[in-house]
Amino acid sequence: MYVAGCDVGSLSAKAVIMKDDNIVASHIMFARPEPSESARVVMEETLRKVGLSMEDIACCVGTGYGRNAIPFAQACESEIACHGKAAQWLKPQVRMVIDIGGQDAKAIRVDETGTVVRYAYNDRCASGTGRFLEVMAGAMGIDIEAMGDISAQAREPVTLSNQCVVFAETEIISLINAGRELPDIVGGLHRALSHRVASLARSIELEGEITMTGGVAKNRGMFTALEEALGVKLVRMDTDPQIIGAVGAALMARQTAAGNG
Amino acid sequence: MIAAGCDVGSLTTKAVILNNARLLGHALVRSSFNPEKSASEVMEKALASARLTMDDISLCVGTGYGRERIGFVKKTVSEISCHAKGAHFLQPSIRTIIDIGGQDCKAIRLDAKGEIVKFITNDKCASGTGRFLEVMAKLLGLELGELGRISGQATHPITLASTCTVWAQAEVIMHLNEGMPKADLAAGINEAMAARVAILARSVGIEQDVCMTGGVAKNPGVVEAMEKQLGVPMRRLRLDPQLMGALGAAVFARERLGVS
Repeated sequence: MYVAGCDVGSLSAKAVIMKDDNIVASHIMFARPEPSESARVVMEETLRKVGLSMEDIACCVGTGYGRNAIPFAQACESEIACHGKAAQWLKPQVRMVIDIGGQDAKAIRVDETGTVVRYAYNDRCASGTGRFLEVMAGAMGIDIEAMGDISAQAREPVTLSNQCVVFAETEIISLINAGRELPDIVGGLHRALSHRVASLARSIELEGEITMTGGVAKNRGMFTALEEALGVKLVRMDTDPQIIGAVGAALMARQTAAGNG
Repeated sequence: MIAAGCDVGSLTTKAVILNNARLLGHALVRSSFNPEKSASEVMEKALASARLTMDDISLCVGTGYGRERIGFVKKTVSEISCHAKGAHFLQPSIRTIIDIGGQDCKAIRLDAKGEIVKFITNDKCASGTGRFLEVMAKLLGLELGELGRISGQATHPITLASTCTVWAQAEVIMHLNEGMPKADLAAGINEAMAARVAILARSVGIEQDVCMTGGVAKNPGVVEAMEKQLGVPMRRLRLDPQLMGALGAAVFARERLGVS
């Protein structure tokens, strides 16, 4: 039996197809202006990879910011439930998940079944979300994907005095003008974002093994900076951290399908 | 004896020259990267408008973000004290001052003598500061001054759901793409600004008369939205509200010279 999960985020859309305990296909793409369009395209691409059609999918669950606009989803689940579920399923020792998305950040505590016990969420202030790095990359004229590698060469990461994205943008421009090295600036940005996210995580108290999910987790500079900010080693996912939400949705779909059948 | 005040802000630099209670001259320039240069430039302009030279000034007090770097200044005073001093000097009935600067916002409460009772500052978040309006004006392709002028023509002001400047920017872009008239956008932007500032103002306790100072006080859209938000009239001052800090600094200089 095949099941699917579809995660329509603010910046990217992700889909996953599972058979039994295996992820058989996944796809990530930039979000289109219409969430329903993003969902349709990302699902078609994923199905194509394994030569399946929508009729072969016993159940599909939607998640993410655009989850209510996914026409083919039988049910919807919150991103929080999906990230928690999938992270614990993939790495059973995990009890806390930190997910930094394009427009939000979440800290989620789960029990040994992947059920959410506590969470904290920020989508009010752009500082402390993926948008912080996006805006700064734009201001420096660098590719956001390159930030992790650039920060690896940092010698003396800068300390930013501003938290607000708008004020920090001005601050880094003056740091560039003052002749600070790019790796040091990027390293400083990773530290700044990590501190914001770490205090969000601390607000629900750190518990057990912690992992990081979402697109920002692919940035190795952020991964290490968050480890430093939290003072713990993070569990590294073997699965692409950006598809964790979609995996969680597929796991929910599996449960639903099993319940129905 | 002639006294002067110089206010070096993040966006603009202001100077005021006083002879006793009489305003002899004033000037306003855009701040450059060099506060010292901005201060000299604005002072020369103010002196020229009063047909004076630096030798005629008995004492000049400095204030604002760049106040420690003004060469011709002998004494410095905080912006909060200067805004309070300036507003009380112009209008002794003022009890609450809302000062919105280029990158901060302050609410100040005074007693009948003009002494500061309580104040609160926001310089952490761009929303609720002049920077918010600057970002939005740029997005709409308007001059900062136009934002207040065109908002009066709004028929259906938009409501912004986000407080954060970054998220509000995305909302405004969405409305722009939908073809929403700029006047409706500008009115919604001014209202969002006022809503944010009103929270800060309420936290010091609103007591009448209330006035607004700083550059944003020149935006009638924000002033009217503030009146609606707080349910009290904003007392209009007899002098450009953007000069209030510099005026207060000049009044401090005058007091220091022993003129009361």
